[in-house]
Amino acid sequence: MSAHIPAPSRSLAASPPEASPPAAVAGRSAPVRASRKPPGMWATVAALLRKELLVELRTLESVPGMSLFAVTTFVVFHFALNQNTVSGDEAAGILWVTLLFAAMLGVNRLFVADQDQGGFDAFLLAPVDRSAMLLAKALALLAYLAVLELIAVPAFGLLLLAPPLGQTLPDLLVVLVLADMGIAAIGTLVAALAVQTRARDLLGPLLALPLLVPVVIGAARASSPLLVLAHPAGVGGVPIRWLATLALYDLVFGLIAYAVFDFLLED
Amino acid sequence: MSPTNGRGLRTLSIATIAAIPIALALVFFYAPIEAEEGFLQKIFYLHVPLAIVTLCGFVLGGLMAIMHLRTRDRRWDLRSYVAIHMSLIFGVGTLITGSIWARGSWGHWWVWSEPTLVSFLIIMLLYATYQPLRFAIEDPERQARYASVFAIVAGAFVPMNFLAVRLSSSYLHPRVLGSSSNLPPKMAFTFLVSLAAMALLFATLCSYELTAKRTRMLLKARSRILGFQ
Repeated sequence: MSAHIPAPSRSLAASPPEASPPAAVAGRSAPVRASRKPPGMWATVAALLRKELLVELRTLESVPGMSLFAVTTFVVFHFALNQNTVSGDEAAGILWVTLLFAAMLGVNRLFVADQDQGGFDAFLLAPVDRSAMLLAKALALLAYLAVLELIAVPAFGLLLLAPPLGQTLPDLLVVLVLADMGIAAIGTLVAALAVQTRARDLLGPLLALPLLVPVVIGAARASSPLLVLAHPAGVGGVPIRWLATLALYDLVFGLIAYAVFDFLLED
Repeated sequence: MSPTNGRGLRTLSIATIAAIPIALALVFFYAPIEAEEGFLQKIFYLHVPLAIVTLCGFVLGGLMAIMHLRTRDRRWDLRSYVAIHMSLIFGVGTLITGSIWARGSWGHWWVWSEPTLVSFLIIMLLYATYQPLRFAIEDPERQARYASVFAIVAGAFVPMNFLAVRLSSSYLHPRVLGSSSNLPPKMAFTFLVSLAAMALLFATLCSYELTAKRTRMLLKARSRILGFQ
């Protein structure tokens, strides 16, 4: 009996037979569905997130490219500005421009596999909440950004930054987390918008960059006092209003992305 | 053909044709010359209404997009498209007049320390991707849906962006929206009439574009029924 019930749902989930990674995970969650109760929101998110991270671990399509891009960009900035070290506003600007553009690489690739290999179809066939896709993709992008920053921020400290990074790191971490959440929300939404268009590689950054200007303003202004040479107090140098702006942005666009994302997935 | 098509167009056109000369007459003959900036300040009666109408058009486009997604009525998508399209045209006018005003009163064509101007540019850069996004999607139903999603997100972005940019720089521009009560009554009256004239112009142009688009669709449908292709 237990061998006979999952069989039809497995063939249903795997209807595009060549769609290997998404179909494999959909097949894995088949026993859950066979118990006649659709999986809950968080179970779906967890399954999708697991799939995303697994695919990324096996293909290494996004994160290594993003990290390498960031480090290369620091080298380019060194030669373009003809400076060995930077600090203050300049340092914050270089850091955030680099992180933002590196994030664009990940955003551009976020839904490409689902679009090309039938992952969307497999997901739509499953009786689950569509918003789970948004949450899982945003969390995956957040994880990519975290790994990117784990490499890019120390590399920045090593290559370009004049003041030592150590004592300001906790404050910088708060700014990074708040900005990453905004980038993840908008990035996921824009990636889903752009992936269905003919010029998806072009439209993704074109849409995302103006939308992320407030994040850049907030993040750069919040982190520039942390990156000055003679840092006065060490801790508590983050202007609270910029953190508040970032948090407000995250909240507003997180909710908007949640509200409109379902409409991008109907077919 | 269809009596609802283009209804009210004549009234709107006549109202606009009447309102614009009245507004211009008030601007040039009624409103006093401003003490500091002199004659140049008259561009205020063109630039600020243009900017307000543009931003309202963008937000309106977002609200119409919400209506489209709620009702699945394609006419709302058409309205949203027309509102955003017309706002883009008005927005270019705003940027040009703003630039002229900046050159006249501060000596530079572009002033980064002016938050309103900078936010406006960012919003224009965002909305400039509306049509490339829309027309890069072939399926008409999906095109309408995706364009609506964009219009909603961008419509919400308008106030958010103003907040962030305004926080980031010092005040330089006369704060018109907050301080119109500080204007002398003659100037305030002229400004309100100019704003009304500009809104009428926007509404008229939008309804012309809507009528033209609907008529073209109707014509296509009829000729398909009659067998012309």
